[in-house]
Amino acid sequence: MRARTQRLITFAVAAVLVLAAAGLVVFAVRTSANMFYTPERLTEAGLPEPGRVVKIGGMVEPGSLAYGDNAEIRFAVIDGSPMTIHVSYTGIAPDLFQEGQGVVATGSFDADGAFTATELLAKHDENYVPRELKHLETPET
Amino acid sequence: MIELGHFAAILALCLSALQGMQGLRGRRGPAGMLALMAFGAMVVSFATLIWAFVRSDFSLALVANNSHTLKPFLYKVAGTWGNHEGSMALWCLVTLGFGAAGALLLKTPERPSFDARALGVQGLVAAGSLAYLLFASSPFLRLVDPPLQGASLNPLLQDPALALHPPMLYLGYVGYSFVFALAAAGLIENSVDRVWAKTVRSWAMAAFVPLSAGITLGAIWAYYELGWGGWWFWDPVENASLMPWLIGAALMHSLIVTEKRGGFAVWSVLLAVLAFCFSILGAFLVRSGILTSVHAFAVDPTRGLVLLIGLLIYGGLALGLFAVRAPLLKGGPPWAALSREGALMGNNLVLIVATATVLLGTLFPLIAEGFGRQMSVGEPYFRLTFVPIMCVALVALPVVQAWSWGRVDLSAIWKWAAAFAGICLVFAALGVGLMDIPLFAALGLALGAWLICGSLWELKRRAVTWPRLSRLPLRVWGMTLAHIGLGVFVIGAVVETSQRYETTLDMALGDSTRVAGWTVTLEDMRTVEGPNWFSDRATLTARRGGQSVRMQPEKRYYPAARMPTTETAIHKSPSGDLYLALGDRRVVDGQVRWTFRAYFNPLIDLVFGGVALMALGGLISVLPRRLALARKRATETEALPAGEPAE
Repeated sequence: MRARTQRLITFAVAAVLVLAAAGLVVFAVRTSANMFYTPERLTEAGLPEPGRVVKIGGMVEPGSLAYGDNAEIRFAVIDGSPMTIHVSYTGIAPDLFQEGQGVVATGSFDADGAFTATELLAKHDENYVPRELKHLETPET
Repeated sequence: MIELGHFAAILALCLSALQGMQGLRGRRGPAGMLALMAFGAMVVSFATLIWAFVRSDFSLALVANNSHTLKPFLYKVAGTWGNHEGSMALWCLVTLGFGAAGALLLKTPERPSFDARALGVQGLVAAGSLAYLLFASSPFLRLVDPPLQGASLNPLLQDPALALHPPMLYLGYVGYSFVFALAAAGLIENSVDRVWAKTVRSWAMAAFVPLSAGITLGAIWAYYELGWGGWWFWDPVENASLMPWLIGAALMHSLIVTEKRGGFAVWSVLLAVLAFCFSILGAFLVRSGILTSVHAFAVDPTRGLVLLIGLLIYGGLALGLFAVRAPLLKGGPPWAALSREGALMGNNLVLIVATATVLLGTLFPLIAEGFGRQMSVGEPYFRLTFVPIMCVALVALPVVQAWSWGRVDLSAIWKWAAAFAGICLVFAALGVGLMDIPLFAALGLALGAWLICGSLWELKRRAVTWPRLSRLPLRVWGMTLAHIGLGVFVIGAVVETSQRYETTLDMALGDSTRVAGWTVTLEDMRTVEGPNWFSDRATLTARRGGQSVRMQPEKRYYPAARMPTTETAIHKSPSGDLYLALGDRRVVDGQVRWTFRAYFNPLIDLVFGGVALMALGGLISVLPRRLALARKRATETEALPAGEPAE
């Protein structure tokens, strides 16, 4: 084989690989990218398709935390807008999960707008605020 | 005392800048001396910081914000780097350490000016990090009004694995700064050749091994400390450490071609530069808080900006130098696509494309925001992109690692295909038919077995006969071990992710529940007190067959940091880990009940063990030839008196 042919083969392999990867990326983003909703955005954009995995974020409404059977936790997420998202999560909440604190949850809405979370974002550091929730921060006194 | 440290750090900055100038002028001797002196100054500086932490000197802002008198000694010391400023001081210390090691060990025969320029570039990198430390995140700031007690270390970090995790990770990240210095020196001197590759290979391994260890320690920590039962979450901070690792792995493979055949010179230099850029990008992603992460610590956007500027300056200079000089580099001998050179190029292409998909997924929220949307991708994205791309490489690996330099005979390819199909069929039949596991998991197991068997087969093929196994060069052993480690990792990861059993328990005292073959009974709940925490501790008994083990998961509360942590209880057995985390206490109908999260994580040790094998294999492959020769001589002298039997 001459050097030219070889280079051609290498480029062809690289191109196929890159195209395949690009295809995978597009497919993966289409099927699995999660939209992020705050209660306010939910009012603007409307309820996403029931069952589609999305992320929601806001503040855990003080006084809304309740325990159900079999390790179920229920709480409401607010962000200062009139809208409230009711969340149900089965499992153990992250260590820093508290009323009045910010939370980011992954899960899906049902047709009635109730949210079932499969994952709650845990923070390691009590000073850390996820950037989606920066606008909810009240200046510290 | 701390002022001495501050002064020493400033001194180190000046010395490093001088080292940069002397080195770039090609003066090996002075540059080496300056590197050693700068390191000495930084050691003094870092020691004063540790001392301040040990003595709980709360007049230092850093100590007041991150330490506490009641903290155990080990964590007072580890607290030095358990925060942003301290970790940057550690970063500088490691950078200067690599400079000093270079000054002592870098003695390329007949190329003193190459060594000098490498030290020079390293000096400039060190000066940059020191300037960042002193001007953007100084750990030496005093408080006018020192508090009586400190705010304590984030309790999640009060853990042995995490005390070691940052130093290891930094050794890896910063190690690539020296690799970068060598690449830049190679470009300046126009001496990227086989001798260069030999030098760079050792240093690249000096970064790769600690980076692997650092990532593994982080994964182990996340596994037992966060209480979610998993070890990898595709979180931006985790991806930030995975990307330099992948590029580092590509570099190791590309350097083989440069060293043995003189080829891929341009490619190797580019990878060396990229590995360093990804390391700084990692630091930027972690520190800037630009991406939402579960592992976000000590985030500060302004510092992130400074880091980003640093990345642009150093990366830009390096890529600029590369663009100007690369066309001058010798291309090396021509190579055929179907040869070992071609196989290693394939390895590089796959690793780079895989890194690109990880980078895209990690930065996706930023890209989406550019289009005015708030979106992110999670594990499914990586499972759909990174995993299949890597699988292509893993399937090909055993076949192509047998290819020789130059040309390859493809007549055996059908046997390989048949062998692979056979392994897949056997595992699919056994796995799906007998053990009832999903088909993709069975195929994943087949892939792991294929890698292990293929590597062993190749080892035997190179040795030709069994007795000659011990005479194989160390790099063949290293390669075999690393590739077996890959197979072990694949098996562990596939079994663990597909067969993990996970449930939530809701129990009162005396209740029993079944978890993956174990019967778990809640025996006792009590409050215990530690040096700087108190804790709810559950005592459970897990029984399986005649075996009975006591497990004590806890929920700790650290008053100083006003923060709870989960202490999981893990029982290890050969088949996997039984894993319990304590949840909330609640009162239902007048009865006190507790929730537990219970997991059974099968074969999880193979995940960590596989990575350890890969790092060990890499380490063995760069052990000095001298060692190998000494060993050879030793075995020959041993064998001689006994009289070797005729073959």
